[in-house]
Amino acid sequence: MMCTVCGCGEGETTIEGQEHHHHHHEHHHGHGHNHDYGQGAAHAHAPGLSQARMVQIEQDILGKNNEYAAANRHWFAQRKILALNLVSSPGSGKTTLLTRTLLDRKDHQPMAVIEGDQQTSHDADRIRETGVKALQINTGKGCHLDAHMVGHALESLTPEPDSVLFIENVGNLVCPAAFDLGEAHKITILSVTEGEDKPLKYPDMFHASDLMILNKIDLLPHLDFDVEQCIGYARRINPRIHVLRLSATTGEGMDAWYQWIEANRQLAALGGG
Amino acid sequence: MHELSLCEGVLQVLEDTARKQGFERINIVWLEIGALAGVELEAMRFSFEVIKKGTLADSARLEIIRLPGKAWCLPCGNNVEIEQRFDACPRCGSYQLQVTGGEELRVKELEVE
Repeated sequence: MMCTVCGCGEGETTIEGQEHHHHHHEHHHGHGHNHDYGQGAAHAHAPGLSQARMVQIEQDILGKNNEYAAANRHWFAQRKILALNLVSSPGSGKTTLLTRTLLDRKDHQPMAVIEGDQQTSHDADRIRETGVKALQINTGKGCHLDAHMVGHALESLTPEPDSVLFIENVGNLVCPAAFDLGEAHKITILSVTEGEDKPLKYPDMFHASDLMILNKIDLLPHLDFDVEQCIGYARRINPRIHVLRLSATTGEGMDAWYQWIEANRQLAALGGG
Repeated sequence: MHELSLCEGVLQVLEDTARKQGFERINIVWLEIGALAGVELEAMRFSFEVIKKGTLADSARLEIIRLPGKAWCLPCGNNVEIEQRFDACPRCGSYQLQVTGGEELRVKELEVE
C-alpha cells in the first residue's frame, strides 16, 4: 500500500506525464528518517502480566506533509522561485484570473502552473493555451493537494529559476487550509457572487492566507454583496490579511495584483519570499 | 473530508513507530486535537475506522483528547478560551485576539503489544 521510498499512500493521485509516481526523487525527499520517538520502549513490562505497554509519541499528524513542504520551500528558495498557493470555492473564477494573469504577464517574467483537480485536465489545457507551461495533478477522491504531490510535480514541470509558480489548489475552502505545500503565500480568491460571510464560515482558510482577492467586482452593481463587511469579517479572522479587489473579466484592479506579485517576487529573489 | 488524509498520516506515524519500537498490535491510540485545528471529530472517527482495516491498528480503539482554543487578548491583556477563530474576547468583547493554543494535531500516546 505504501511507497517504501517516500511513504506515499495516495493510490489515486495521478500526475501528468508520470506513469507511476513512485520513482526517483532523491533531489529533495531524502529526509524523514531521524525522528525522535521518545522513550516509549524503555518501559519494561512485568513478567507474567499482559504484554501491553504504553508508547509516548507526541508526533504531529501533519509532520510528514510539513517535511515535504519544507523540502519544497528549500527547492524554491534555491531557485528564487515565488510559489503561490491559490485556494477558493469552485466557481470563484480562479482559472480565469490565472489565464488573464499569464497572458498579461508572460512577456515580463517566467511563470509556470500546477493545476489541482479531482478529475480532468481541462484546467491545465486552458492554461497551456496561454503558452505558459502547466502540469495537471488529479487527486481522484482527494480534496486537496499535499506537499508530496507537489514535490513530484516539480520533477516533471521543472519551473525556471526566478519564475513565479502558481499552484491552483482543488476548489475547496476547507481541506487545503491544513496542508502546507511549501508556498510563500496562500491566496484565497472569493468572488462577490458568494456570501460576504464566507470568511466566518471558513475561518481556517482565511486565517492561513496572506492575501484575499475579491473577484468579479464588475458584478457588484447587480448584487447586494457588502464589500466592507466582507473585509471586516476577514480581518476579524486574520488581522494581517491583505485585500485586493478586481475583475479578471474587465481587468479592473489587475494592475494592483501584478504589483503585489512583482513585490513578492523581488522578496523571493532576495531570499525573503 | 481531509480527515481521511489525516488518518493516513496517523497510520504512517503508527507504522513508523512500530518498526522502530518493535510492536505488532495497537490496542489504543490517543490523539490530541485542538478546537481550532479544523477537524470534525466525527469524520475523524469514521475515517480511522476505514483506514485501520487490515493494519496493525485493526482492532485499535481511538481516543480523542480535545484541547481548548486559547488566545491572548491584545486590548485587555487576558489569556482566554475561545471556541472559534472569530470569537470575541469573553472578557472585553474585542476581536483582536492572538491565538496561542488549540491548533494541535498530534498522536500523543499508544497502548501496544
